[in-house]
Amino acid sequence: MAKISDLKVAYQVFMKAYPYRRVDWRPGARLVKPLRAARVAVVTTAAFFRPDQPPFDTSIRGGDYSYRIIPSDTDLSTLRIAHRSDAFDIRGIASDRNLALPLDRLRCLAAEGIIGSCAPRHFSFMGSIAAPGPLIADTAPEVARMLMDDEADAVLLTPV
Amino acid sequence: MCHQSVGLIQSIVERAGIPTTSVTLLREITERVAPPRALFVDFPLGYPLGVPNDSPLQTEMIPATLGLLAEGVPPAIIQDFTAAR
Repeated sequence: MAKISDLKVAYQVFMKAYPYRRVDWRPGARLVKPLRAARVAVVTTAAFFRPDQPPFDTSIRGGDYSYRIIPSDTDLSTLRIAHRSDAFDIRGIASDRNLALPLDRLRCLAAEGIIGSCAPRHFSFMGSIAAPGPLIADTAPEVARMLMDDEADAVLLTPV
Repeated sequence: MCHQSVGLIQSIVERAGIPTTSVTLLREITERVAPPRALFVDFPLGYPLGVPNDSPLQTEMIPATLGLLAEGVPPAIIQDFTAAR
């Protein structure tokens, strides 16, 4: 079980004092078709990137707010990981990328008719963004527009 | 900080008009960021879909997370995941 009190003391102090941000999402969106017909996209903060993409920059003060587009047909085993956080155990996603970016599982669920399909593009961020201003102003809205362009019906997000 | 980032991106995608749902491993953070829907899963940080290479568990958790979309437009909700096994 993950709780703030389980983390390293330095993280506890930081996370308890940190002024968490919110974005007003109201009135909210509705799923307009049954799940079995829905096109599903994934956004993860596991810092995955493809070998032909630059890694995330772990030296940026406040956190690298950029993203990498992960096409649906990507071989998950080729994805690399560039996470700056040592607050989590990286071994899980290192041994199975589906743990955070479950493209193989979505394909199974689509084949079984539980979801409609897997969207053509998925998105990877590096979650350690202590200064999220540019994420909120620029990169997250860019990703939202691409998800709209891809006509994603539902988006599943995973932290690490 | 991953949980804040997920909550913020989620809220921005939802605001753009696509319904969103997420997994959370740290309920305390997700409560503060208050995205529309989240499934709390009782696993360590770094393990959002439970267990590596456990396809049955992962393919159970994904529909459980997406199932929150059937709730329509809620106030921000965080629901607990319970595995069938």
